[in-house]
Amino acid sequence: MTDEPGGLIHPELRSERNESPVGPAGQRLQHAEGTSQPLRSKIRERQPRGAEVNGRRPIDHEAAAARFIAAPEHEKMHDERLWDLRSKRDAQMHAIPEWEELRELASQIKQHTLAHLDEYLEQFEAAAKANGVHVHWATDGAAHNRIVHGILRDHGAKRLIKSKSMLTEECGLRDYMAATGIEVVETDLGERIQQLDDEPPSHVVVPAVHKLRRDVAEVFSRTLGSDPDTDEVPYLAERQREATRPLILSADAGMTGGNFAVAETGSFVVCTNEGNADLSANVPALHIASIGIEKLIPRVEHLGVFIRLLSRSALGSPITQYTSHFRRPREGGEMHVVLVDNGRSARLGMAEFWTSLKCIRCGACMNTCPVFRRSGGLSYGATYAGPIGLILDPTFDKRKYSTLPFASTLNGSCSNVCPVKINIHEQIFAWRRVLAEEHEIPLVKRQMMQAAGAVLSRPALYRAAISTADSALRFLPRFAVYNRWNAWGAGREMPPAPKETFHTWYARTHPAADKGSGDGSA
Amino acid sequence: MRVALFVPCYVDAFEPQVGIATLELLRRFDLDVTYPFDQTCCGQPMTNTGCHKEAAATEALFVRNFSGFDHIVVPSGSCAHQVREHMTAIPQTPAVKAVRERTLELVEFLHDVLKVDAFPWAEFPYKVSYHNNCNALRGIGHAAPSELHGPFFSKPLDLLKKVKGLELVQLARPDECCGFGGTYCVAEPAVSVKMGYDKVADHARAGAEYVVSADSSCMMHQQGCARRLGVDLRFIHIAQVLNGATA
Repeated sequence: MTDEPGGLIHPELRSERNESPVGPAGQRLQHAEGTSQPLRSKIRERQPRGAEVNGRRPIDHEAAAARFIAAPEHEKMHDERLWDLRSKRDAQMHAIPEWEELRELASQIKQHTLAHLDEYLEQFEAAAKANGVHVHWATDGAAHNRIVHGILRDHGAKRLIKSKSMLTEECGLRDYMAATGIEVVETDLGERIQQLDDEPPSHVVVPAVHKLRRDVAEVFSRTLGSDPDTDEVPYLAERQREATRPLILSADAGMTGGNFAVAETGSFVVCTNEGNADLSANVPALHIASIGIEKLIPRVEHLGVFIRLLSRSALGSPITQYTSHFRRPREGGEMHVVLVDNGRSARLGMAEFWTSLKCIRCGACMNTCPVFRRSGGLSYGATYAGPIGLILDPTFDKRKYSTLPFASTLNGSCSNVCPVKINIHEQIFAWRRVLAEEHEIPLVKRQMMQAAGAVLSRPALYRAAISTADSALRFLPRFAVYNRWNAWGAGREMPPAPKETFHTWYARTHPAADKGSGDGSA
Repeated sequence: MRVALFVPCYVDAFEPQVGIATLELLRRFDLDVTYPFDQTCCGQPMTNTGCHKEAAATEALFVRNFSGFDHIVVPSGSCAHQVREHMTAIPQTPAVKAVRERTLELVEFLHDVLKVDAFPWAEFPYKVSYHNNCNALRGIGHAAPSELHGPFFSKPLDLLKKVKGLELVQLARPDECCGFGGTYCVAEPAVSVKMGYDKVADHARAGAEYVVSADSSCMMHQQGCARRLGVDLRFIHIAQVLNGATA
């Protein structure tokens, strides 16, 4: 045990009068047990910010994650809140005997739809047009933003209220609209918090989950003039409501996303818990819905499968508070649907990765991911964080997101919770191979692996490299350490070095055994 | 039955007693156990980093070393998973396929092939927390993962329940990854270590005296975390417990 714990044991986590619980051998447990203890921090911990984003430079997830962990109150709250969602999801799963059948059915419906996407998109378009809906096609985010801007301009709209949509994040709609003079107001509480704090959402379902209540109090006091020292939830929610309701009531246009678009009816469904999508869609006379082309399902009857899975997987609740079906514009109103590709049809052509298009954005993979829970969604520096992000983000930019598939232990929990059975961790593994093949991993890492491969394929060379415990300690841990000295030792003790290897023991105790060729020609 | 023993590189170098226990345990069942002398590694460090081409020669060596046996037994779920699921950098000849299919983790071999019903020589009078390696759990099906709806089963616990005096304790997050993750442990040390600390805390809160696992790699990481924290947990491989280790 060393005195300097490498900055990873936080004094704030220890209780004040050495009240730490006692381990099996009577010793005080420090940081580790602190996870179950109330925090007694003397200083107000500031909210850690996410990864730095510099053009196409690879995102340094590890550095951003380390900053998040260095803020123990935030990290602890984040881990426990998301684990709670995972636990509630498990409880919901156990209440449904046919759960695995549902997942299989959902997966098959999505795979079928994606395999016939062209047909279903045309069917959707025809049905929607017959319902009196304007249908637009956007090849990428820029086209999407131009189309939305065009619709708003034609109507002389000055303010757009919108509900939460990962697609509009993907397209950078808010940044784009900022330059047009049209005000965009987010109506989802979490998304509004993030907008006021000028941060992207950190999670696809709970966008401000990385913030403590007092972080929200700070944002609202700065932007809405609320009391910075009052962080009770009803107070904060009420301040936001008072500030946002007038903006909603006088908005010129409303925007929603769409969780599911039904080909046979030309209708779409939006699932929310706050009812804000219904305000966005119904208060103004103009409703624009941005929908990714992978959101199609063939028939209304298929909705039952997905609605049963979505909220149970996402939040561990049987259903969202609002499941709103939109089919045609109201009397005197206008409804526009923008169908967005933005890389999806290219992804559909990727043999190893196309099934990632099955994703219904429930966030279950994030909630269960032990890395996500401890690093925060903003540490990924991308629209999509967590396991699903690791396999979606590189399809947008292989260089910028080349590091993300390595931000995983490949534990596989994400694939098991996925309601549409995407083999997420296998795709993470496959992305690593693609990135290595396309030279998007650091050269030094590749050279280290070449050296390791050269030694490990030559028994005599390998035996020489680890012949003594000291040399084994030098070779074995370090053949994996490509970029920093002592990455192991910063938070962990080294394993004790035994006096001989198994190999040496075997040779000594089995003098008559075949000792091989040493050059591997067995 | 001709059985080959594969001793993973880190077990060979850091946990030789795990290899010895595995060999002794297998010999208790009157098996003809061979230790191919030119063995090194399964290639996982390279493939997990995406460097499949760099793993090809190591994989080819593995197949040369382990061809011609009825079973290849390895005391590691992670290495068994690598061989069975990911050894694809070399052409998949019948010889390669045979070696891959015949590679079993020790627990699987005892539970599924030998169908061992008793370890009369084993006694371990301690409170034990079992650590499922993620590849063992979700990769090769050692046990039912908590995320899936289905009947509970656990091959390692089935075996440990046959050990006299051994008392199992229950973790709050029984199959949460400990953060080792192969090269992950040095690629993202802050997250890896935090996961390790949380895992160690879970073991301690459960009242475990010993952590038992089929994978020494996870335990090396957790032990490093426990020692740094000053938590007095002890770690021992399931091969040692089943072979009659007393502590």
